[in-house]
Amino acid sequence: MNPRLKIKMCGSNVKVFYAQKEILHGIHLDIPENRVTALIGPSGCGKSTFLRCLNRMNDTIEGARVTGQILLDEEDIYDPSVDVVELRSRVGMVFQKPNPFPKSIYENVAYGPRIHGLAKSRVDLDEIIEQSLLKAGLFHEVKDRLHDAGTSLSGGQQQRLCIARAIAVRPEVILMDEPCSALDPIATARIEELIDDLRRNYTITIVTHSMQQAARVSQFTAMFHMGNLVEVGTTKTIFTSPGEQRTQDYITGRFG
Amino acid sequence: MRKGDVCHTTPMRRDIGLRQRYRAEMRFRAYGITAISIGMFFLGVLLWSVFSKGYSAFWQTSLTLNIRFDAAIIDPKNIRDHDSQVLFTANYPLLVRNALAEKLGVPSDDHLALHEVSHMFSSSVRVQLRDLVLGHPQLIGGIQKVTFLASADIDSAFKKQINLAGSETRRKISNRQIEWMHRLSADGSLHRAFNTGLFTLTASNRPETSGLGVALVGSLYMMLIVLVLSLPIGVAAAVYLEEYTHKNRFTDLVEVNINNLASVPSIVFGLLGLAVFVNFFGLPRSTSIVGGLVLTLMTLPTIIIATRSALRAVPPSIRSAALGIGASKTQTVFHHVLPLAVPGIMTGTIIGLAHALGETAPLLLIGMVAFVANYPITPMDPATALPVQIYMWANEAERAFVERTSGAIIVLLVFLILMNIASIVLRRRFERRW
Repeated sequence: MNPRLKIKMCGSNVKVFYAQKEILHGIHLDIPENRVTALIGPSGCGKSTFLRCLNRMNDTIEGARVTGQILLDEEDIYDPSVDVVELRSRVGMVFQKPNPFPKSIYENVAYGPRIHGLAKSRVDLDEIIEQSLLKAGLFHEVKDRLHDAGTSLSGGQQQRLCIARAIAVRPEVILMDEPCSALDPIATARIEELIDDLRRNYTITIVTHSMQQAARVSQFTAMFHMGNLVEVGTTKTIFTSPGEQRTQDYITGRFG
Repeated sequence: MRKGDVCHTTPMRRDIGLRQRYRAEMRFRAYGITAISIGMFFLGVLLWSVFSKGYSAFWQTSLTLNIRFDAAIIDPKNIRDHDSQVLFTANYPLLVRNALAEKLGVPSDDHLALHEVSHMFSSSVRVQLRDLVLGHPQLIGGIQKVTFLASADIDSAFKKQINLAGSETRRKISNRQIEWMHRLSADGSLHRAFNTGLFTLTASNRPETSGLGVALVGSLYMMLIVLVLSLPIGVAAAVYLEEYTHKNRFTDLVEVNINNLASVPSIVFGLLGLAVFVNFFGLPRSTSIVGGLVLTLMTLPTIIIATRSALRAVPPSIRSAALGIGASKTQTVFHHVLPLAVPGIMTGTIIGLAHALGETAPLLLIGMVAFVANYPITPMDPATALPVQIYMWANEAERAFVERTSGAIIVLLVFLILMNIASIVLRRRFERRW
């Protein structure tokens, strides 16, 4: 990897167990700052599981256990001294299916800043919400109906609302778990543009099933297979001259 | 394609058992319709039987007469100025009898007839007139129009619940009384009015003066106690079990016990309440507080189970969303999950309360089956409950208690139906779809 890049998150020997079953077999992966890193691989390869290790969402799954080390700015996020609530305010997440709260658009975005005490006043909060919706490319569509239910938006708008909600907390890293898999091609294109814009201010890790999407939005790609990291490199390298036969087979559609 | 290429042979029809399948479907529909019809029929019979017997309990026969408050009868020795006791013990029914006899033209020396006259009206006039005179002593010596209850037998006869055509010796009301009744009815002195007494009066051995007052207050106190105790305890327990614990041997044990508790026969709860609340904690018997505590124990499992399933119905994506932006566990539960579960919790609570309202057996054991003539002021006073009052009236022999029993059942059913409608409305109104 380019040595000038700062590494934002770094996983070393990450293993995940569900009950007694080992799902991830020791992953070593660096996630560079202000870049989009795509995690690709066939279903069940462990890419989403790895993503969920990065903000400890696996903690909420009964029977899940994570070993190894994941550093966020040189700090081990699995260290007992790390507060998981604080971690998640720094590492935000956008899920596969848009999941706005059944509240107004305004309340959806306001919730994060409110619980973290990020806004000093009502004006402050309004400003955060406007900025977050602007960055998520949703503000102009919803500015006249901020108090309508978030669930009344279309699927693509809902997903952008979820991105705005994640941005409003001002995280450093945004994790996206197949954010476009429930959306149509037009909505997908809008989200992809958005991801490219967001990269300037955030470090983004995205799980995707679409090779084209990985090629379009990411600078780095990591290929997973059966709980192992097969190969990682710049997206260009992975898609033009992969080092591993399995990667070659997967991106050309021979399995997966 | 040219015309000659078109294939005209029809495809072979296979026998894939369609006829049998449709027949099986028809049969199954018939079973279903039969089952529903049988159920509806018995429900109809039940409701018809209760309503046809009970609707008349909401009307009561009264008499309105001008009564002379004869000082010679109330206070023959004229000592009321220094001995107020005389106004308590005066023979007030005699005033009414004389007024009625005068109206009917019964001579004052026909003792047999006078005796029958005095059985035309309820002996509750003693208390009614006493209170009237004590409140307004200036009435003595004057004439005042008073409306008072007819006796239970006249009431039954006037509602045509007694077969008046049969032999006079086989009924409790004589031919002469019937004739008087018709005369009084014709000139409007005898009339039917809405029976407010059914809701306000208390226990009495005379059907016409007994009512549901104490039972309503007792049931109300118990429902309040059940609501105030079982809702917070049940919701807290359910939230803890559903959102905070990890599944382990202990939570399995708790879960099994809660489900068992929900199926424990109610009479066992009554014994438990008697042993714990009355004997151990020394709370007074027959009181709404003990009844409320026992019913709380019975309602808790219902509310816990309903709350847990309401919490489980909140989609996990909502929890992920909140946790994903850094909400703590407690914030996730109280800001997002619990508010979404509220309609389900309310529905479960109302159904639990409706069960508690209709529960009888445990209340019998803690002594709420009692003759309570005074309104309970606090939950620590003796009281009865609606279903217990039904049970007690059902054991009475007099004809007039039959209609009161059915009337009380109607009152209880109306409350239960209202509660169930409320739960359905809540569910419809706040139901969310994701």
